[in-house]
Amino acid sequence: MTEFLNYLISGISLGSVYAIIALGYTMVYGIAKMLNFAHGDVIMVGGYVSFCAVFYLDLPGWLATILAIIVCTVLGVVIEGLAYKPLRQAGTLAVLITAIGVSYFLQNAAQLIWGTSTKSYASVMPGNLSLGGVTIPYISILTIAACLIIMVVLTQFINRSKLGKAMRACSEDKGAAQLMGIHVNRTISMTFAIGSALAAIAGVLLCSSYTTLNPTTGSMPGIKAFTAAVFGGIGSIPGAFLGGILLGVIESMAKAYLSSALANSIVFAVLIIVLLVRPAGLLGKYVPEKV
Amino acid sequence: MKKKSVLAAAMAGAMCMGLLAGCGGKGGDTADGNTFKIGTIGPLTGDNAIYGNAVANGAQIAVDEINALGGDIQLSLKAEDDVAAADTAVNAYNTLKDWGMQVLVGPTTSGSSIAVASEANADRMFMLTPSGSSADITEGKDNVFQVCFTDPNQGTAAADYISTNMPDSKIAIIYQNDIDYSQGIRNTFAAEAEEKGLEIVSEGTFTADTATDFSVQLTAAQAAGADLLFLPIYYQEASVILNQAKTMGFAPTVFGVDGMDGILTLPGFDTSLAEGVMLLTPFSADAEDEKTQNFVSEYQDRFGEIPNQFAADAYDAVYIVYEGLKAAGCTADMSYEDICEALVGQITTMSFDGLTGADMTWEATGEVSKAPMAVVIKDGAYVLP
Repeated sequence: MTEFLNYLISGISLGSVYAIIALGYTMVYGIAKMLNFAHGDVIMVGGYVSFCAVFYLDLPGWLATILAIIVCTVLGVVIEGLAYKPLRQAGTLAVLITAIGVSYFLQNAAQLIWGTSTKSYASVMPGNLSLGGVTIPYISILTIAACLIIMVVLTQFINRSKLGKAMRACSEDKGAAQLMGIHVNRTISMTFAIGSALAAIAGVLLCSSYTTLNPTTGSMPGIKAFTAAVFGGIGSIPGAFLGGILLGVIESMAKAYLSSALANSIVFAVLIIVLLVRPAGLLGKYVPEKV
Repeated sequence: MKKKSVLAAAMAGAMCMGLLAGCGGKGGDTADGNTFKIGTIGPLTGDNAIYGNAVANGAQIAVDEINALGGDIQLSLKAEDDVAAADTAVNAYNTLKDWGMQVLVGPTTSGSSIAVASEANADRMFMLTPSGSSADITEGKDNVFQVCFTDPNQGTAAADYISTNMPDSKIAIIYQNDIDYSQGIRNTFAAEAEEKGLEIVSEGTFTADTATDFSVQLTAAQAAGADLLFLPIYYQEASVILNQAKTMGFAPTVFGVDGMDGILTLPGFDTSLAEGVMLLTPFSADAEDEKTQNFVSEYQDRFGEIPNQFAADAYDAVYIVYEGLKAAGCTADMSYEDICEALVGQITTMSFDGLTGADMTWEATGEVSKAPMAVVIKDGAYVLP
């Protein structure tokens, strides 16, 4: 039983990281209707910035995190302005390919700046809490808490604030939103800023749990989180949260009870089944194509 | 339009032929005077750059020492990068052949060595890999030899060591099942452990894609009551495992093999996590003998860090080639095929004392025979247990 709880906790903790990343994917998709495949690499940049802040500048973990958030937010807005904004009227395929290009650009830039050798990342919150036979690393508690807080704040923000309302309007119909006086470009930039800030937080939490850092650190979690976003219903914020947590738990349980070598295959097999049954994902809205 | 493109293709073809002919001419040249051209291949960049650079640096020190002796045999060394990828390694090998390489001291990693060994065997180029440890590298190739001990050898030696020194251990293994290196050591370890009556209580695997989260494997090991964790893997993953084990409050004795070598120089790694980690390595920078001391201080002066096993393997490899060339009476104007025949005859009859073992000998199969040594990490350095 205690083992099961341990597996569950590590699964939820892993899932929370996926969920935070998936929130970034889903927001950008929901509002700008594009898949930002460079999102995973912004996570990696967040990891490196906080690593450098701690390792070279001796800053405390929280300050390193804030620094990473600032750098990633700026980076996200710059990427959007330089690479995606000029393609606003272009086809979705062109934007998608550009996003992949940005992803490779970031990975290779990271190789140039920080070198290719793996760095060992010191957790921002070492240690653990022992309850009976169950040990819970502090970083897991922090990750789960951060994920919940981000989810709630984001939902409130989207539903209550003026900017959130503008985002929802852009998501429904960009043209109509513009006619109503909403600054569409600024709203999309803002979405990228929020998404990238979340990526920075995810980067710090991811690297703290899994302590290595190299230029491709962001790619696999990026793909998994994208899967989580699709799993939960892309565009839906509670969907991204649910998808992330479920994916983490399934991965952890598959590793523990079925086969650690096949864990990834099992995760993706579950995704395929879910999409066959519910093409819009667990919480996604199925919108029939108008012809 | 069509005609034009045909013409362009024909011209491009002619130019390529010209280039190829140029290459052929250059490749046929041998070194001038009494300088032998030695090539080495390894990951100078990328995830495994620590290994490739160590090999290139170690070999360079040996080459400079030999040249400083001023004897009849002078060496010139060229290192090519293969980012530890087999296809890139074959390209690197061809680049070195074009340069006029006469003996290959490399590649550094097992996957690359397997790929290049077939080429070297077909070309009759003498190949001595400092650190490629898979048994597949030398199998069926009479002109390919190893300096480090093989994977099967390491697995068996690790099990023997544990059965002699910690026979009552409850052993957990975590290994990477998508690379030959890890899988190979695990297999022979498990076989030997069974023979010696050791108890393996838990086994966990991972792949390159799942090499970040080990909490499940560690929880399983802890739940099974393991007190010794055998890690036949590379140091990057080992560093994550050590970190996560500490976070979970799981503190078994950790036993690694030569892939663990390098963990102390990993940027950002808290070396206190590696305190008490045992590993099998043929080389300890703390050994008291004069040869090791000289090598370590020279390496530190030049490259600013303590040399690992890979540097020592490469240093030995260059000296083995040097001794072989000297004993066989090779001259630098010989073709690489002739040098190969001479060295193959020589290496199987010689015995060599180096940094990574005394009295090394080679079978015709290419495998080295020497005893692995266990060291333990204490205060951020290797010491004998």
